[in-house]
Amino acid sequence: MTSTTTDRQTNGSHREGAPTIDLDRVVVRFAGDSGDGMQLTGTRFTTVSALFGNDTATLPDFPAEIRAPAGTLAGVSAFQVQISDHDILTPGDAPNVLVAMNPAALKANIGTVARGGIVIVNNDAFDDRALEKAGYGSNPLLDGTLDGFRVYEVPMSSLTMEVCREAGVKPRDAERSKNFFALGLVSWLYSRPTESTIEWIAKRFADKPQVLDANTRAFRAGFHFGETAELFESNYQVHPATALPGTYTDVTGNTALSWGLIAAARQARLGLFLGSYPITPASDILHELSKHKNFGVRTFQAEDEIAGIGAALGAAFGGALGVTTTSGPGVDLKSETIGLAINLELPLVVVDIQRGGPSTGLPTKTEQSDLLHAMYGRHGEAPLPIVAPSTPSQCFEMAIEAARLALKYRTPVILLSDGYLANGSEPWRLPTLAELPDIHVEFATEANHSDPDGSSSFWPYQRDPVTLARPWALPGTPGLEHRIGGLEKADGTGNVSYDPVNHEKMVRIRASKIAGIAHDIPPVEVDDEHPGGSELLLVGWGSTYGAIAAGVRRVRKRGIHVAHAHLTHLNPFPANLGEVLASYRAVLVPEANTGQLVRLLRAEYLVEARSLTKIQGVPFHASEIEEAILDALGVTPQPGMELQSPVEEAS
Amino acid sequence: MTDTIVPQTTRKDWTSDQEVRWCPGCGDYSILAAVQMLLPELGVRRESTVFVSGIGCAARFPYYMNTYGMHSIHGRAPAIATGLAVSRPDLDVWVVSGDGDALSIGGNHLIHALRRNVNLTILLFNNQIYGLTKGQYSPTSEQGKVTKSTPFGSLETPFNPVSLALGAEATFVARTHDMDRKHMMETFRRAHFHRGAALVEIYQNCNVFNDGAFEAITGKDARAEKLIPLVDGEPIRFGAEGEHGVMLDADGRLRLVEVSDVGVESLLVHDEAREDPGLAFQLSRLARGPFEPTPIGVFRAVERPEYGDAMTAQMARAEEAKGVGDLGALLRSGGTWTVEA
Ligand code: SF4
Repeated sequence: MTSTTTDRQTNGSHREGAPTIDLDRVVVRFAGDSGDGMQLTGTRFTTVSALFGNDTATLPDFPAEIRAPAGTLAGVSAFQVQISDHDILTPGDAPNVLVAMNPAALKANIGTVARGGIVIVNNDAFDDRALEKAGYGSNPLLDGTLDGFRVYEVPMSSLTMEVCREAGVKPRDAERSKNFFALGLVSWLYSRPTESTIEWIAKRFADKPQVLDANTRAFRAGFHFGETAELFESNYQVHPATALPGTYTDVTGNTALSWGLIAAARQARLGLFLGSYPITPASDILHELSKHKNFGVRTFQAEDEIAGIGAALGAAFGGALGVTTTSGPGVDLKSETIGLAINLELPLVVVDIQRGGPSTGLPTKTEQSDLLHAMYGRHGEAPLPIVAPSTPSQCFEMAIEAARLALKYRTPVILLSDGYLANGSEPWRLPTLAELPDIHVEFATEANHSDPDGSSSFWPYQRDPVTLARPWALPGTPGLEHRIGGLEKADGTGNVSYDPVNHEKMVRIRASKIAGIAHDIPPVEVDDEHPGGSELLLVGWGSTYGAIAAGVRRVRKRGIHVAHAHLTHLNPFPANLGEVLASYRAVLVPEANTGQLVRLLRAEYLVEARSLTKIQGVPFHASEIEEAILDALGVTPQPGMELQSPVEEAS
Repeated sequence: MTDTIVPQTTRKDWTSDQEVRWCPGCGDYSILAAVQMLLPELGVRRESTVFVSGIGCAARFPYYMNTYGMHSIHGRAPAIATGLAVSRPDLDVWVVSGDGDALSIGGNHLIHALRRNVNLTILLFNNQIYGLTKGQYSPTSEQGKVTKSTPFGSLETPFNPVSLALGAEATFVARTHDMDRKHMMETFRRAHFHRGAALVEIYQNCNVFNDGAFEAITGKDARAEKLIPLVDGEPIRFGAEGEHGVMLDADGRLRLVEVSDVGVESLLVHDEAREDPGLAFQLSRLARGPFEPTPIGVFRAVERPEYGDAMTAQMARAEEAKGVGDLGALLRSGGTWTVEA
């Protein structure tokens, strides 16, 4: 293993002569056909590692096509996970181990593997046809392509079929279990406990006894193969990470977000209404929430994106926590209704799981390119709050925050997650329910305005003097009948008004209401070990958090002082942001777009912020951030000071 | 929301303080009057009544009602009203729309609201023209219609809203017109009491951009000969003396006949509760446009589970099966591990 170190030999071994070597971390990448079950395999390996106590970070990477032609590069599906004995921030730049189920999977992924890394191939799949489909002119297992890697050829298909035949499983069906053989083998290689996986298989395939049997046999066979075949000279272990005391679970961003919405409704004491239309990679939120009707959750799969948000807004008018979830082109379609919600001043949470664009773009790849759309993608003067989680587990917290702002200020709020956060997972220290914020709001129940004749009436646009929020009066409340709509309203009464001066006033009030939120959100925190002494401030938002923080750690290992601020609130910005930016000589803004936050920062604060961008549908690598920092500071790495520092992420 | 007796109201109670701004002589006035006169008779509460509209002349309707209301965006009223109606089954939700709003930009939402059978009373003001944008042809304008945007005549085949709704298997479909308040009130009443989606097409005169579009059938002198009243359980007949009728031919086609020729027993007996919408659809196709004898009244009224009720029942079943949602347990549902202090 090149880039993972502290190779302490231990006494523990599974096999005589095969020692177990301790590693502080390892990056494993499972790759196969879309139909090979690589996502399931990777997820299970992650879960078992998380349960074992490692820190984990994952990067699922799959094609947009459900089943692209088998054996082709387009059909390759991969799952990368980093497991570690210490706190890590990213799924790792370069895998130490690649499991390739066929030639296409090898070809598509070998370029990412660390030099000297382990490559485990299912050599059963390397026949002439498969090689040709993958575009190999000659067999890479024979022609020297893999020189410099430690290649293990394991006939996974035939070994799986062999053990399944004994159980009477048809060869065709048996072959499908080969991903469990791979899981077993990698489980042995990294000394993962087996019982929990066997139990999990039993539960997951309980209704398909034959598949259950085949998968269990394949898993055990893979594990035993590692143990007994004298192929591997050693195996490894990654000890549990030290973490804050508490109860942990492994969670993906979309699951955390769904649970956050349920929690928000609970904390607001409102029913949750989700209006949504299926779209990658947001659909999992619709799926997850649909399961939890016993939480008072109404899920509505609408006829289109517009109806999804429309129904959510209608439900909000009726007093529900209205939510819509979408991605990519779906965001465009919701723009008009978001504008209406801004004008109606009703609470609404709009969740955008960003993906590569424009148009259909890259449905399964991550990008941060909707920030300016969230800011400005509506006609007229239509500001709204924008929040963005930084990690998968933070999606929970930010869902509650989005709901809090929406309910308190009666405004639509856009939550910007992305494909990487949505599908990536990490261990999450569970909050206790008592820790969750109370976001309860009061509905209007009585008249709020005295008329000159001494009677009283209800003015739907009579605002709270502090928040500038208007009262939320629900249909069903006697005496507060009122009409709202998309036409401009007279200040106070809410009646239709074409008065020019009133219009300017209303535009400014709506803007002030949103701007005022700056004082109701936490100030941005700066991670700076040498306040006053750091030469550069990195400012990020959203899913770049892990890569930026890891890059910063690497640079600090070189004795260079840099600071990192990560924004969770993009509109308004935290009240102290201007001050923070002004206190650094240089500012660097890494983003997975062409430089959207940097434009906002420059425009808002007149700072000379530099931009670092990557628009490849994949997250930044820590090494890229490191390089950019060094470059920004004019530091040339000295010989022996190569960028791939061996202890890159140890904190 | 309370179960005390609903207070007696009059038309005035249902009228908001906003000045009505339709063109003088517009058919919308009589529809508004019919609704405001009907509501006191329905035993409903102002606070539990909501009017949701999209964009267009008709869409100003909610502003004139002293109830809850939302003037939303073009075409989207059925979607917005769906969210409101399913999450608040206690409310009486009305949608007011026009032919451009409901059938052009919002056609998708309309058919899906009907298909799902959401508890909405949808009033579709059909004037066969775009009024608010000053006179372009609409999806119900007749082929050849000369308007500002079709100076050489429209090339398009118009929608028949009743046929469309029946095609979407709407559970309640009716037609009425702005010249007959009594008929409107009766039709709206039926629509209101229907649990599920009820669509009422209202032939409405736009006296500014499409004056007299329905005159040939709704004019006082024309009605007897040109309107075919549908009465449940009765033979379908019309004419001053009921001398004309509708017969189902042996070849399965509907035909206009003289009662004296065929005998009243040969006439088609209207059955609005017929499960198969086929016959109702055929009735909707009797006239090629509002110049031939045209059926009015309730084409179809069948029972089917209402969408919001079904959703609520599903939630109740989930709660029965799994118990009231426990957030703490949910957060732990993916398996946990503990790090000791
Ligand atoms: S334009 Fe036509 S439909 Fe609109 S208000 Fe005037 S008369 Fe009525």
